[in-house]
Order: sequence, then C-alpha cells, then structure tokens
Amino acid sequence: MMIKGILTIALIFFTITVVICLYRVIKGPTLPDRVVALDMIGVNMLSMIAIISLLQNTTAYLEVILILGILSFIGTIAFSKYIERGVIIERKSNR
Amino acid sequence: MRINDVILRTVVRFVVFIILTLAIYLFFAGHYSPGGGFIGGLVIASAFVLLYVTFDIEKVKKGIPVDFKKVAALGVFLAVGTGFGSVLFGVDFLTQAAKKFHIPLLGEKELGTVMLFELGVALTVVGVVMTIIVSIAEGDGD
Repeated sequence: MMIKGILTIALIFFTITVVICLYRVIKGPTLPDRVVALDMIGVNMLSMIAIISLLQNTTAYLEVILILGILSFIGTIAFSKYIERGVIIERKSNR
Repeated sequence: MRINDVILRTVVRFVVFIILTLAIYLFFAGHYSPGGGFIGGLVIASAFVLLYVTFDIEKVKKGIPVDFKKVAALGVFLAVGTGFGSVLFGVDFLTQAAKKFHIPLLGEKELGTVMLFELGVALTVVGVVMTIIVSIAEGDGD
C-alpha cells in the first residue's frame, strides 16, 4: 500500500518534469535547448511507463520501453546532426 | 571542416546489433504477445536508419549491398504466396495451419505458416520504409 503511494507521487513529479520540459521546448531560445528538452521528455516518459507497469503489476509494457528508448536515441542523433551539419543523411562524408 | 564523432560511431557499432536482436525477439514474440512482422520490420528499418545517419549512403551501400525495392517485392511475393499455397490444398485463400513440434533445446514449440506470412510483411515494411527514406535523403537539390 505504501509502495503504491510512493509510486503515485513519483508519477506526479515526473508529470511536472515533463510539463517543465514542454515549456522549454516551446519557449527555448535556441535549437539545442529544444533538442535537449525533447530528449529529456523521452527519458521521463520511459520512467513513467516503467512505474505504470510496476503499478499495474504487468510486463506487457517492457517492449514499449525498449522501442521508445531506441526511437528517442535516433531522434536526438538526427536533430544533433541537423544542427551541426545541416543534412541528416549525407551522400558522401569527407572523412 | 573536420568533424569529430568517434563516440557516435563507436556506440552505434554496438547499438545496431542490440536493436537487431530486439527486432528478432519482437518478430518471434508476435504470436501471443505484442510484436509481429510489422513491428519487427519497423525496428529493423530503424536500425538501418541509424546506420545511414551515422555513416553516409555510399559506405552503407558498400556494407549492405541490397536493393530495398527488390526486398519489398520479395516480401509481397512471400505474403501473397502463403495465401495461394493454401488454395493449392483445397481450402480458402489465406487459411493458415499450425502444428506442434518437439525441437531439441527449446522444447515443445508451435510452428505455423503464419510465420511465413509475417516474414513477408516484415520484408515489405523494411523495403518500403528504407526506399522512402533513402530516396528522400538523396533528393536534396543543392
């Protein structure tokens, strides 16, 4: 019973964090701010799904966690490459 | 300007294999739990996209010399072929069959022709998604 209360409070705090990150995504003065805030939203959503799967006592959401982590990783890399080089997929890199 | 991305290239070399392993797990888990051919194909395509983003198109094409349009065609052929295969046995189109087999080291497993259909769906998804993404990336007119 106490564990359930603690997990619910943790969910509320994660929600507040996501809202703050959303403010940074919308308001953010520069593009890197927005990208870091989006990555943070992804990580917080991962944690929220893990807590929800603990609360509901099921393992059905574990694939969701893995795939959301992969997609958040690829998205952050693509945004960073766009910021640094302007193109995401190069035809031939000069290395 | 030389760009230093040693960390990204080193990490991606390992992460791609983790993603492909997850894709194979999702492909085989799709019988009674979340997963299946469509999701497995999308995860394989995301691994290829990660390779394309990290390295460039020419380097990946040298490593994976596959024409993705032909992969999509092969997938559609497989998926439709399982449908017509059931017609040859005198039952309705797309009727699937399954049988329990005893596989050493794995125990009692159920094998069905649904897996061939799912393989066709996965190949189609990989081929179509990669064709779209690569042709969009090649089409920058500068």
